[in-house]
Amino acid sequence: MPEFAAEVERLSLTVEIGKMPVRMHTSDPMFLQMLQDRYAGFVNSSECAEMEFDIELSPPAFADPNAPVRVRQKDGRWSLERGDFLAEWEPVSQRGWIRQDANPYSIDAVMRIVHTLMLAKEGGFLLHSASAIRNGKAFLFAGVSEAGKTTISRLAPPDVTLLTDEISYVRRQPEGYVAYGTPFTGELAKLGENVSAPISALYLLAKGHANRIDPIPEAEAARSLLANLLFFAEDEELVREIFESALEFVSRVPVSRLTFVPDARVWELIG
Amino acid sequence: MSNLYIARNPRAAARNLGGEMMIMSARDSTLFTLNKTATILWQAADGATLLSEIVANRICSEFNVKFADALQDAETLARELAGHEIMQISEQPISAPAGVPQ
Repeated sequence: MPEFAAEVERLSLTVEIGKMPVRMHTSDPMFLQMLQDRYAGFVNSSECAEMEFDIELSPPAFADPNAPVRVRQKDGRWSLERGDFLAEWEPVSQRGWIRQDANPYSIDAVMRIVHTLMLAKEGGFLLHSASAIRNGKAFLFAGVSEAGKTTISRLAPPDVTLLTDEISYVRRQPEGYVAYGTPFTGELAKLGENVSAPISALYLLAKGHANRIDPIPEAEAARSLLANLLFFAEDEELVREIFESALEFVSRVPVSRLTFVPDARVWELIG
Repeated sequence: MSNLYIARNPRAAARNLGGEMMIMSARDSTLFTLNKTATILWQAADGATLLSEIVANRICSEFNVKFADALQDAETLARELAGHEIMQISEQPISAPAGVPQ
């Protein structure tokens, strides 16, 4: 009697953002290639990972990427859900799965959520901000949509290394905070460089008629930081942790308002 | 006269930053920044003191406000904070959960 069971080849790659390697497994070579292209500069072949995901690809179907994100924890297992994906992740075993169709946006959303959860546990976070390195120091430029994140990124002179034009990756280290490059892009659609540097300042962006930097009170800095943090989980413990992380950050990193006109001279104030 | 007791919810995240009391609801992530009088209310919310006593002894004595107006404002704020599970309100004294200092 012949056996009809066929072994499906498992293809893998590791995407390392903020020195947190995430290994992904799929059986679809085209999807693997798409991941390699999407996360170019952040991909390596290491088998060591902070977590691993098996990706199950479902047939393309109508799915709403604007549907609300639900991120919940139950019995030590996180469940992540949006109109276009479903995922689970167990921190203890460092394993999980993702179900989606073969598009780059769903996996990107899962990656952002998973990284926020991992970072929250150690006092770090993802922030709606552009970030860049100049003279060995990292600078963050935070603001809501249209605040100028893409503009200031586009205006960066050649000696500036862009980490991201959209989502900054912030980790807490014993000696201070460090910003890492991310592949999470905004309008510029350009991946950040996979490098890092100690954070020297956070600027809250405002467009105006002159370039100037103004200090802001610590409480206002905390409010603005909290308003720009990426945070999805419906989890009381994590809410408290992210609150404490934000307040700790503004007590250790200078936060100012950067008012700027959209031309390259604004970078004369930075670095 | 209000017979309400109020207590800080120990599950809420709160910190005084540069003289401003910031509180975040752990339930829905709503962030509140309390003004001076609201901060006094928050700090005095020990679950054992009547809201009316707090208003009379801590707010009216410090600010030039009518007791009835201040009490009404205090009740409104307390109910709003309770709606976000930041504060607990009850017509009975509120005892602290084990291990949580009042």
